[in-house]
Amino acid sequence: MKFLTTNFLKCSVRTCDTSNDSFPLQYDGSKCELVQDESIELNPEFLLNILDRVDWDAVLSVAADLGNTTLPPNKPVFSSTSVDELNEDEQAVLRDLHVLLVQTNIVEGEMKCKNCGHIYYIKNSIPNLLLPPHLA
Amino acid sequence: MTNVKQKKKYLLYMVQVHTNFRRAELESLADLYNIDIDFATYSEDSPFFYVELDSDDVARDWIKRSILTRAIYEYWGDGKTLEELHESIKSQPFIEHYKQIYKNDSFKFEFENYRGGSNKYSTKDRIKQIESFGYLQFEGKIDLKKAKQVYTLIEQYEPISDNIAGEKPTHFIFGRLVQTSNRRSVEKFDLKKRPYKGTTSFEAELSLISCNIAQVKFGSFMYDPFAGTGSFLVAGGHFGALVFGSDIDGRMIRGRSLNENISSNFKHYDDSNKFLDVMTMDFTHNALRSNLVIDTILCDPPYGIRESIKVLGARDPERFVGKENIEIDGEKAYLRKDYIPTKKPISLDLLLDDLLNFASERLPINGRLAFWMPTANDENIETIVPLHSHLELKYNCVQEFNKWSRRLLVYINRGPSFNGPTNNGTKRSTTNFRERYFSNFN
Ligand SMILES: C[S@@+](CC[C@H](N)C(=O)[O-])C[C@H]1O[C@@H](n2cnc3c(N)ncnc32)[C@H](O)[C@@H]1O
Repeated sequence: MKFLTTNFLKCSVRTCDTSNDSFPLQYDGSKCELVQDESIELNPEFLLNILDRVDWDAVLSVAADLGNTTLPPNKPVFSSTSVDELNEDEQAVLRDLHVLLVQTNIVEGEMKCKNCGHIYYIKNSIPNLLLPPHLA
Repeated sequence: MTNVKQKKKYLLYMVQVHTNFRRAELESLADLYNIDIDFATYSEDSPFFYVELDSDDVARDWIKRSILTRAIYEYWGDGKTLEELHESIKSQPFIEHYKQIYKNDSFKFEFENYRGGSNKYSTKDRIKQIESFGYLQFEGKIDLKKAKQVYTLIEQYEPISDNIAGEKPTHFIFGRLVQTSNRRSVEKFDLKKRPYKGTTSFEAELSLISCNIAQVKFGSFMYDPFAGTGSFLVAGGHFGALVFGSDIDGRMIRGRSLNENISSNFKHYDDSNKFLDVMTMDFTHNALRSNLVIDTILCDPPYGIRESIKVLGARDPERFVGKENIEIDGEKAYLRKDYIPTKKPISLDLLLDDLLNFASERLPINGRLAFWMPTANDENIETIVPLHSHLELKYNCVQEFNKWSRRLLVYINRGPSFNGPTNNGTKRSTTNFRERYFSNFN
């Protein structure tokens, strides 16, 4: 599961929908195995488009769960939506974001809802969001 | 004098397959690029459609993604015989102008025929034909590999019968190629060549067409809630969307091995950076955060034919009372990594209601939901298309098979003010799809 996906996932228990604690899920850093997939190429234009829907607070929270507390407190802003017009610093930031959001994979691990405490597992990079009958 | 920009005449050369989907594809692509097309002379029975467009760039945008088109040409002339064609070209008001613009460009000639069967011309005949265009006075060099301009002679034949092709063309059209379509992708995505596929995989051509009608576009976010082996995901990735899929059946999502799964299909097509993830999830217990904007939803829901329609929960709740307290090795059983939750059947109508509701909440205004629905060809069975008050049913394109058919339903989210008609599942039917449609035949 890509880091970016953690930015889209809440708890699948319906009664948690009304709680602010059901997103993002809490990742257990000691149990999460991360792998960098460098074969995925950066498409800057594409990433700029996708960044619009990224919730930065959730990025910070999950990154901290996984042991990275060095991210900037605010979502990076870019002076242009056209890649050719970005300055070198901005291009470097975009590359860093690509490494973090797209190339970083949680291959094995677990995540927990901060509201109801239910635990979900990630196996072979695939998260399982199914629920037992008493939570369904 | 008017200052309205002079439009040019173009010829669209289309394929005569899936004609029920063709206009929907052309309209959706035109809408995607804000192009105005007058469909007054469009006919499903003809592969040719003459249109007026502002420029070659507009023509390129419109047709570059199309699956049901072959190409679009700048129109130079047409006639019933080659002689008539030449007269037509010479008499066009724009012809001197065109000759001037392309005079020095490298060029080549190509030949297309519609219903002409195999090629009836010898090379000598072709050269003679090409020479008959000498009056166009092209001075550029002939370049068969990367000619700047490609001139195409399209010949149309009337078959004598279903099996016998006509002897002589009945119509000739001549034009300059502006843009070929995306039809070659049908080959590229052919299931026969796809590393990971299964019994539920959806054929390439209609997957790509579905993406066009659903307006899946670069940099947008597409979701398939019944992803299975990911057929729509690879098609969506091809058109540049970030794609995400989920399925209640983990086996489908995992694939056969790490080299034979949905992710490896994306590697195979060299679209890995368009693939977000797939996960095991019940669509009706959805874990995508509710303020995430999903630009397009495209899927083939379960119909109880090759797979069952199930959601999370116990079929017989009494049997599960208190089971959440069971422990194994001091751990709650349901929190263990190997726990497999129970599932219960639900009706298709309720699942489709959920899908329409979800779409109305998650799509942006003007975002599209497209899904496939099989129906019987039995006149006694009324096909009821589900409706939602925020969603405009834009297309209902039918693909016929021998004993059944399926249709692509395409909805546009118009928001609460749309106030369209509704017919939720309980009103539509109480029996399941299999009983309603499939009990009498196979
Ligand atoms: C017709 S198949 C779609 C196949 C897919 N288009 C492909 O390319 O393989 C329907 C899928 O829906 C899944 N399904 C059934 N009930 C579901 C549910 N409640 N939530 C999510 N997926 C479900 C089935 O496991 C099946 O894979």
